[in-house]
Amino acid sequence: MGCYVPNTKAQQQKMLETIGFTSFDDLYKVIPESMRVKSLKLEPGKSELEVRRIMEELAAKNNPFKSIFRGAGSYDHYIPSVVKSVTSKESFLTAYTPYQAEISQGVLQSIFEYQTMICELTGMDVSNASVYDGPVAAAEAVLMCETRKRSRVVLSGALHPHVIEVVKTYCDARSVEVTVVPPKGGKTDMEGVKDALKDDVACLCFQQPGYYGIIEDAEALCALAHETGAKSVMYVNPISMALLKTPAECGADIAVGEGQPLGIPMSFGGPYLGFMATTQRMMRQLPGRIVGETTDSRGGRAFVLTLQAREQHIRREKASSNICTNQALCAMTASVYLAAMGPSGLEACATQCHSKAVYAKDQLVLIKGISLCYDEPFFHEFVTTCPVDPDILNRRLAKEGILGGLPINEGLLWCVTEKQSKEEIDRMVAVAREVCES
Amino acid sequence: MKLIFERGYKGRGSEHLPDCDVPVCQLPESMIRAEQPALPEVSEIELVRHYTELEKQTYGVNDGFYPLGSCTMKYNPRINEEMASLPGFTNIHPLQSQDTVQGCMEVLYKAEEALNEITGMDRFTMQPSAGAHGEFTGLLLIRAWHLHHGNTQRTKVIVPDSAHGTNPATVTMAGYETVNVPSTKDSLVDLDALREAVGEDTAGLMLTNPNTLGLFDPNIGEITKIIHDAGGLCYYDGANLNAVMGQARPGDMGFDCVHLNVHKTFSAPHGGGGPGSGPVGCKAFLAPFLPGPVVEKENGAYTFKTPKFSFGRVRGFHGNFLVLVKTLTYILSLGREGIPEASANAVLNANYLMNRIAKDYDIASGSHCMHEFVITLERLQKETGVSALDVAKRLIDYGIHPPTMYFPLNVKEALMVEPVETEPLETLDEVAAIFEQVMEEARENPDLLHGAPHNAPIGRPDEVNAARNPVLRYTP
Repeated sequence: MGCYVPNTKAQQQKMLETIGFTSFDDLYKVIPESMRVKSLKLEPGKSELEVRRIMEELAAKNNPFKSIFRGAGSYDHYIPSVVKSVTSKESFLTAYTPYQAEISQGVLQSIFEYQTMICELTGMDVSNASVYDGPVAAAEAVLMCETRKRSRVVLSGALHPHVIEVVKTYCDARSVEVTVVPPKGGKTDMEGVKDALKDDVACLCFQQPGYYGIIEDAEALCALAHETGAKSVMYVNPISMALLKTPAECGADIAVGEGQPLGIPMSFGGPYLGFMATTQRMMRQLPGRIVGETTDSRGGRAFVLTLQAREQHIRREKASSNICTNQALCAMTASVYLAAMGPSGLEACATQCHSKAVYAKDQLVLIKGISLCYDEPFFHEFVTTCPVDPDILNRRLAKEGILGGLPINEGLLWCVTEKQSKEEIDRMVAVAREVCES
Repeated sequence: MKLIFERGYKGRGSEHLPDCDVPVCQLPESMIRAEQPALPEVSEIELVRHYTELEKQTYGVNDGFYPLGSCTMKYNPRINEEMASLPGFTNIHPLQSQDTVQGCMEVLYKAEEALNEITGMDRFTMQPSAGAHGEFTGLLLIRAWHLHHGNTQRTKVIVPDSAHGTNPATVTMAGYETVNVPSTKDSLVDLDALREAVGEDTAGLMLTNPNTLGLFDPNIGEITKIIHDAGGLCYYDGANLNAVMGQARPGDMGFDCVHLNVHKTFSAPHGGGGPGSGPVGCKAFLAPFLPGPVVEKENGAYTFKTPKFSFGRVRGFHGNFLVLVKTLTYILSLGREGIPEASANAVLNANYLMNRIAKDYDIASGSHCMHEFVITLERLQKETGVSALDVAKRLIDYGIHPPTMYFPLNVKEALMVEPVETEPLETLDEVAAIFEQVMEEARENPDLLHGAPHNAPIGRPDEVNAARNPVLRYTP
């Protein structure tokens, strides 16, 4: 009901007459009659109360879980109240891309601060203002490495399957060949990667921690890539960066990842946040918006969109990426989250994720028929066997409000974050025991 | 203004987590980073005040008139935000079993049904996250169809010179070559030039209609026919759909696929640059090639299916889902009458404002427009030295967001104005008076405009210095 048009019918008529028309149809006379819509086959417009009822009913048809032991690319972390409160501010919400720097310093500065935080997390020199999500960040990153002589990319099979799929889509279009080296023992197959790295390879891309949760020997992998003249792209979990060696320390050329764990709700998969950071050397290959600091005409500090010579609106068909709208508000969400947590809070969060995952693993493997598939150091995800049909176990867990591990070939891929209490873990383990041992 | 890193004090912060209630485990020393990241160390009140200050230096639709051409800065209804914040949507893991996410799947299904009806398409993918991402997806769809039919010689995509920069960039990303066709002097597609440009190597056409000058191309049926006759497919850039939604459908104009910017046309906010959402719709013959999965309805239940010849994913999971919740909320609110009423009023407001300022400003796009119009300040620039940039910056002093500047590229000293349907008449009248005033100032006191803005939070930034000596992060 209504379409948020403020002008009354009488005003509209007056406006039409002012511009020399008699009716709305006159406005559209340029459209051939045969193409005009007579009436849309949609329901009539509804009042706000009716719309609310419909949408709330739809939301009620979902089953949100109280205790979540599933990750695999989307993580259930605690989000401090201040995060939503700050990012709901209406000027942030309703602004466009900050083209007019003079009245967009707030958004521009927030992006500059975000870039700084991503550089701090990853150790890299330069970050962009975000891309759509983690898999797209990985795809954009591998294409940054492509040259005429090096038009093949090597992917670790221990990358998230969606990352592999999206990278393939982006590469196929540009005739960049993709070689996926199957994982070995739940992590990147070092020997397989070595064999795949020929002198036509632009880069090696791998995930830290890997899809199966295991912490990779990232330094060795980056070194392998560099030995053959290829670049290395690390796909990292941002929470784990509070603890793990940074991509910069490991020698990576580009660090990318999914920023969702940084204060962004799971939301059935989006909106999320693809972050991208690289070295000074590769700065001008970085796609997307970048904010820089400068001075204004009065000599004060000012922020602007910069290095725009890289971008589509200047380079058109010569641009390496077409990205325009990104995930700015999600980037701000990540910044507010990181500022709220602080360095110690983030480290505590990461340590708790790891400790609770280890505790849950220790408890689960006491169950008859459940064992750890890959006995390697992991961050907050791990794989176990499952002596019963994983769906049966998960259905039983669901009855208790628990989302169990993700069924995969080996059994179940579990995830534990700081959000799950010992009590919740114990309850999950008790139900699993009941199902598996009965 | 201080950066967040310049606030706070070492060791300051808020506690958000309880003590660890399981034995604390440390990772091996060899895996640990040398130093903690230098993140801000601020109390919550410092954090809140910081962003409150940043907000004061940010101009959004809720602050005032925002006629940014091509960006459709309409009002973002508050109900949309509230519905997208329902815990029944936000607390859902994307890899839950399908029986536990039927509500989310129904949202995707219902939004798709409505978008099919509005565009005249048969199927949509909801994965693309923004307009440019939708363009990429659309061209990959065309490419997949051609390759499936062995049309490997079709390597070129035709793009008119008035197109958004994303179009030619997308063509390259999709592995195609751009063929630019010039516009006629009326800024429409030059049919003869188009006939000459098509051939055995034509993969398709990318077109915005109404175009970036705000003009509906009346030859659209002929244009799509020329492409089809040559064996190509037609892609509709939906950036300007707000002019014609509920009035005319891309599917009826002969287009085979389309992307929508639901963060423009369907009222989801831009968030300072995103997240958006750019669903891509297509005719039935292209549907088997869409990215997967898509939602199907079987025996009253929703289920995910991957199309038979899907060319693959363009992002993780199911797209910017919450943005699509806003889309559906908006479409339900407007319904079958509200949608054409919105577009008609967008066109009315644009024509009204254009009419009001046409005595002072040269209009590059003829006497009637659709949802936006383009001013050329070429004459003013020659006569007074005042540029489009100067005028734009002076408008800031009067509290309105400037129009899009220097676009489209085929108009000199261009300002592209899109007033949208949600602006009241009184605002348009005030804005017209401001435009008049600024023109008077330009003629009487050009320096006033060269130095503008005078009362914004900052003066004009030194962009050349920013690009020459890039400072892209804070260093203590």
